[in-house]
Amino acid sequence: MDMNKYLNIFVEESREHLQALNTSLLELEKDPGNTPILNEIFRVAHTLKGMAGTMGFTHMSDLTHNMEDVLDGLRNGRIKVYPEVVDILFKCLDALESYVDNVSRTGSEGDEDNRDIINFLSAISDKSKAAQETQPGIIPQAGKEKKDDLHLELNIYDRNVLEKAFEESLNVFEIYIELDRKCLLKAARAFIIFQILEKHSDIIKSAPPVNDIEDERFDYYFTVMVISKKDAEFFITELNSVSEVRTVKVTRVTPKHLERIKVSPGSDEKHHVDRDGRMNQGIMDSSQKTAEKRITSKTVRVDIERLDVLMNLVSELIIIKTRLDGIISDRDRECAQTLENLERVTTSLHDSVMKVRMVPVESVFNRFPRMVRDISKELNKDIALHMSGEETELDRTVIDEIGEPLIHIIRNSADHGIEKSEERVKKGKSTTGNIWLRAYQDGNNVVIEVDDDGTGIDIDKVRKKVLEKGLESEETISTLSDEEIIQFLFQPNFSTSDKVTDLSGRGVGLDVVKTKIESLGGTFELISKLGQGSKTIIRLPLTLAIIQALLVMVGDEKYAIPLNTIREIYNVNPADIQFVRNQEVTLLRDTVIPIIRLHNVLDIEQSEPDSNKKQLTCVVVKKGEKLSGLIVDSLISQQEIVIKSLGKLLSGIRCIAGATILGDGNVALILDVNSIV
Amino acid sequence: MVGKQKQFVVFLIDSDEYGADINKVTIIERMLNVTRVPKTPPYIKGVVNLRGDVIPMMDLRTRFGLPEKEADDDTRIIIVEVDGISYGIIVDSVLEVLQIDESDIENVSGFSNINADYVNGVAKSDTRLITLLNVEKLISEFIAT
Repeated sequence: MDMNKYLNIFVEESREHLQALNTSLLELEKDPGNTPILNEIFRVAHTLKGMAGTMGFTHMSDLTHNMEDVLDGLRNGRIKVYPEVVDILFKCLDALESYVDNVSRTGSEGDEDNRDIINFLSAISDKSKAAQETQPGIIPQAGKEKKDDLHLELNIYDRNVLEKAFEESLNVFEIYIELDRKCLLKAARAFIIFQILEKHSDIIKSAPPVNDIEDERFDYYFTVMVISKKDAEFFITELNSVSEVRTVKVTRVTPKHLERIKVSPGSDEKHHVDRDGRMNQGIMDSSQKTAEKRITSKTVRVDIERLDVLMNLVSELIIIKTRLDGIISDRDRECAQTLENLERVTTSLHDSVMKVRMVPVESVFNRFPRMVRDISKELNKDIALHMSGEETELDRTVIDEIGEPLIHIIRNSADHGIEKSEERVKKGKSTTGNIWLRAYQDGNNVVIEVDDDGTGIDIDKVRKKVLEKGLESEETISTLSDEEIIQFLFQPNFSTSDKVTDLSGRGVGLDVVKTKIESLGGTFELISKLGQGSKTIIRLPLTLAIIQALLVMVGDEKYAIPLNTIREIYNVNPADIQFVRNQEVTLLRDTVIPIIRLHNVLDIEQSEPDSNKKQLTCVVVKKGEKLSGLIVDSLISQQEIVIKSLGKLLSGIRCIAGATILGDGNVALILDVNSIV
Repeated sequence: MVGKQKQFVVFLIDSDEYGADINKVTIIERMLNVTRVPKTPPYIKGVVNLRGDVIPMMDLRTRFGLPEKEADDDTRIIIVEVDGISYGIIVDSVLEVLQIDESDIENVSGFSNINADYVNGVAKSDTRLITLLNVEKLISEFIAT
C-alpha cells in the first residue's frame, strides 16, 4: 500500500501524541500515584505503537512496545514509579521524537534502534515479571482447556436460548479464534470477525465479553458461541479467509453439553442481573462512543495553505469593497445602505477567517515544562515554571515563528538568570527559582512575558563592556539611562566574546530574538533589576494580514503607516526643530524626540522646502519605548488595509514593509517604522 | 523542409524589434498606474496593481540605457512569469506574435551594443532582424539588484 499520503498525518498525529505523553509524564513525575494519568499515558503509547506499526516503522513500534511493557507494570503496581523509570521514559519520548523527525524529513524512521533504551526497559519489566511469577497470579485461560468440553460458561438463560435453537434444529457452535501474534490492530481484526459471524449467525455469548474485545482488552484469542443454519465447515473456511487469524476451532454444541451444566438458583439470578447489567452497560458504552465520535468529527484538519487561499480571497473582497466605497457617492441612499451591509458581512467574514487561523499559544507553551525540567536537572538548579494564559490565541503564522525566540529567552532565564539554591538562600530568596510565562491579549496585541526572579542584569558591567568594546565614549555612557544601556545587549556578538564573567551568555542570541520578533511585526523589551530578576515583554500583532493604517501624503506619493506604531500626531513649528549631535530634534511635552523627514528617507523631491511652511505635520511613532517624529506633508485618512508582499524582488528594501491596494486601485507602500527610526 | 517552430511576442523599443518567448508571457496590458518604490535602481519603475496582485515593473528603455519616454497609447506592459512569480516589462509597443523557424535563429556572441547576456539570439524573418531576449536572465538581474 502506498503510505506516502499518510505520512503527513502520521507525523502530525505522532507529534501530538508525544506532546501529550510529555505533559502526562511530567504530571506523573509530580504525582506518582495518579492512576488516571498512568492509564492515559498507556493509552496514548498504545495508539502510537499501533500507528507506527501500521506505517511499517518497526524500530518505533519496537520501542513503544517495550515502553508499553513498563507502563503496564506501572499500571499494575508491579513496578514503582521511581526517578530512573521516569527518566528512561522521557528518554523514550526523545528517541521517538527523533524517529518522527526522521520520518518527516526523509520519509523513513532511520536505522537507530535505540538498543540501550530497549534493554533498559526490558530489564525493568523483566525484573517485575520475575517478581510476579513467584506469587500466585492469574492462571492463563488456556490452562483450563479440556478436550471436547465447552470453554464458555453457560447460565440458565443461555440454556433456554440453546434449547430453543435445538428445537428448531439450528446448529450451535462454539468457535475458538486465535489471532496471529503479529497482529497490530487486534480489535479491528476481531471486529471484522464479529461482522462475518453476525452476518451468518446469532452470537449469544463471547469470552471475553464483546465490550472488552472492542476495547482490545483481550489476549490473542477469544471464544464465541453462535447459533446458525450454516455448518461448521462454512465457518472454518469463512474465518480462515480473514488475514492474521492463526487458529480457528469450531466445536459443535449438542444437547448433551447442556446436561452437564449445573445451575444453582442463586447464580442463575445473578447471571440474569449480570447479563442485563452488561447489556445496559453496552448500550451506554455505545452511546458514549457515538458522543465521542461526534466530538471528534467537529474538528477538521485543514492545510494551512488552503486557509491562506481563503484569507487572500477575503482580502480581495475587502479591497473591492473599499473600491466600491470610493465609486458610490453618498447621494444614492439605497446604494450606501447596501454597501454598509456589504461592509458588515465582509468584516465578519474577515473576523471568522482570522479566527479559523487562530491557534492557542498553548501549542507553543506546552513544550516548555519539559524543557525547564531538563535544564534544571542538567544545571542542578531548582526551577519552577509557572504558566498562565495558555488559551490566548495568535495567528498560526505567528505561532509557528514564536517558539524559537521563546526557547531562547526561557533558556537564558534558567541558565543565567536563576541562581543555584545555595546562592539563593544566601540572598534571602526562596530555594526554588521561579520563571513565569504569561500570555494575554492587550487590545490588538498579544503580550507574552517571561519573568524570572534570578540575578538580573548587572547594568554596570554592561556599561564597562560597552566602554571596553569602544562602542561609546565614556561621557556618553555616563549619560545613557539603564534602558539605553540594555539596548546594547541586542547588538550582535555583544557579550559572546567574554565568556568568563557571569554576564556571559546574557546577550547571546538576544539580537536574533529581537530581529525575529520585529520581523513578525512585534516589539521586544527587556527590563531588569540587579538581584531581582529580568522581565522580557514581547508584543505581537494579532494578525499579520490586515491592519489599520494611517494614509499620509509625502510629496505626491501616498504611504501607509501602521496605526499600532503611531503614538500621536501633532503640528510642529519649523522653528522648534533644533540640531542636537547632528540629529534634528524637537520637544514633545518635555521629551526630546528625534525628527525624521520622510522626504529624505524616501528620496522624494519637495515642491517647497519645509522651512517655508508655517507648520509641519509630525506623526509620532514608537519603537519599543523610543519615540520619533516623522514629518509628512498631509494626512489622508485612517483605513483598513490588506498587506501584500512586495515579492522576492523588492523585499530587501529596508524602509518599506509591504504594499497595499487602495480604494482607487493604486498601490500604496507601507512604511516599516522599525527600520526607519 | 520546415524545422521546429517557436512563437515569440515581438515588441518595439524605439525602432528596434525584440522578441520574448511566448511561453514566458502570461498577459499583455496597457499602461497602468505605477507606484514608485524608493531605494531601487532607476530601471525599476515601481509596482502596479494587476487584479489584486502587486507586481514589480521594469522599464526596458531605462534598462537599455535609452532616454525615458512618456507613456502613450502604444505603451504596453508585458507580464512575464518566472518561477511562479510575475514581473512586468514596460515596452514602447507590441507588434505581433510571430512564428519563427528555429533554423532562422542565429546565436550571437559579442553581438551589438547591448549586453549579450540577456540576448538568446537574433531571428531573421524576411527583411527583419529581431533580437530575442532571455527573459529569465533579464529577471534574474532584476532580482540581483
